[in-house]
Amino acid sequence: MKKIFGKPECMTDKPFHYCPGCGHGIVHRLIGEVVDELGIQDRTIGVPPVGCAVVMYHYFNIDMTEAPHGRTPAVATGIKRVHPDKVVFTYQGDGDLAAIGTGEIIHAANRGERITTIFVNNAVYGMTGGQMAPTTLVGQKTTTTPLGRDARLIGYPIKISEMLAITDGSIYIERVAVNKPANIIKAKKAIKKAFQIQLEDRGFSMVEVLSQCPVNLGLTSQKAAEWIDNTLMKTYPLGVIKDKSGE
Amino acid sequence: MSKVIIDKEICKGCGLCISACPKEALSISKIQNSKGFFHAEVACPEKCTSCTFCGLVCPDIAIKIYK
Ligand SMILES: Cc1ncc(C[n+]2csc(CCOP(=O)(O)OP(=O)(O)O)c2C)c(N)n1
Ligand code: SF4
Ligand code: SF4
Ligand code: SF4
Repeated sequence: MKKIFGKPECMTDKPFHYCPGCGHGIVHRLIGEVVDELGIQDRTIGVPPVGCAVVMYHYFNIDMTEAPHGRTPAVATGIKRVHPDKVVFTYQGDGDLAAIGTGEIIHAANRGERITTIFVNNAVYGMTGGQMAPTTLVGQKTTTTPLGRDARLIGYPIKISEMLAITDGSIYIERVAVNKPANIIKAKKAIKKAFQIQLEDRGFSMVEVLSQCPVNLGLTSQKAAEWIDNTLMKTYPLGVIKDKSGE
Repeated sequence: MSKVIIDKEICKGCGLCISACPKEALSISKIQNSKGFFHAEVACPEKCTSCTFCGLVCPDIAIKIYK
């Protein structure tokens, strides 16, 4: 028998510290598979976020450098401009990218930085204990919105991918999910395409990944995966938001 | 040899593989691993078609699949 599925070559043997059922591990594996398939392990540089994925560098045999909260696009910009031959990606949560790092990501996209961003949207601040994120749904209960997010008081879930799509520097933006096999297969294709766009020196590329945080949703792993289909996707529909790669 | 091998020490017992398996080949063990998780196990290896769905959804990359 031949091995047809296992851990990507570019990843270390270290087990993940994530909670049971957390989507981060799936997103990590997809990045690992794409790096293996593109044969770019020795020239890839990752910039992990502040958030649950803060020690992501333990899990890859890939060069990585940590950035302050929300500032991965700025750090990635510096690295890519000094080393244009490297493949540079940022990995960011929705607290990291859509709250404290809003300015950095908008300007990196607008400048058309040749970087790839993997934006993990789990609709909550995971690491710090489940507080509301700008992406939290209207009515969603979090530790700081115990009665549910009240749009009148705190506004609406922010649609960063759609916002970045209107910048001239962004080439490819797609929203995917890692809650079930069919979506995971599509998510990998999108991540691969985003890296390829950087390899072709086209401009900024980003994949928003809807991901499950069962612990802070207060749901079982299965229910959290279903919640993405039944609830999160109503506000954040899956699909290609912008694709200028053929132009 | 089973077509699916689950590393019981890496598994956190989330059960996503069990729900994803179209052949109902997997189940949760009655025995805990050293971290205290009731890990997944291959209950009916003969039912497995190596479809990889369990591996695709496993957040901990605890599953190896052969064909
Ligand atoms: C400058 C700064 N402000 C605030 C924090 C506290 N903090 C750590 S992680 C985090 C939010 C993480 O949420 P998200 O980006 O959604 O990632 P997740 O943990 O859900 O993967 C915050 C606010 C910090 N570490 N640094
Ligand atoms: S708190 Fe949520 S995002 Fe963080 S590791 Fe746990 S499940 Fe994952
Ligand atoms: S490979 Fe497919 S059939 Fe086999 S255990 Fe996994 S999900 Fe079930
Ligand atoms: S999906 Fe992975 S971690 Fe979850 S129960 Fe199955 S083997 Fe264990």
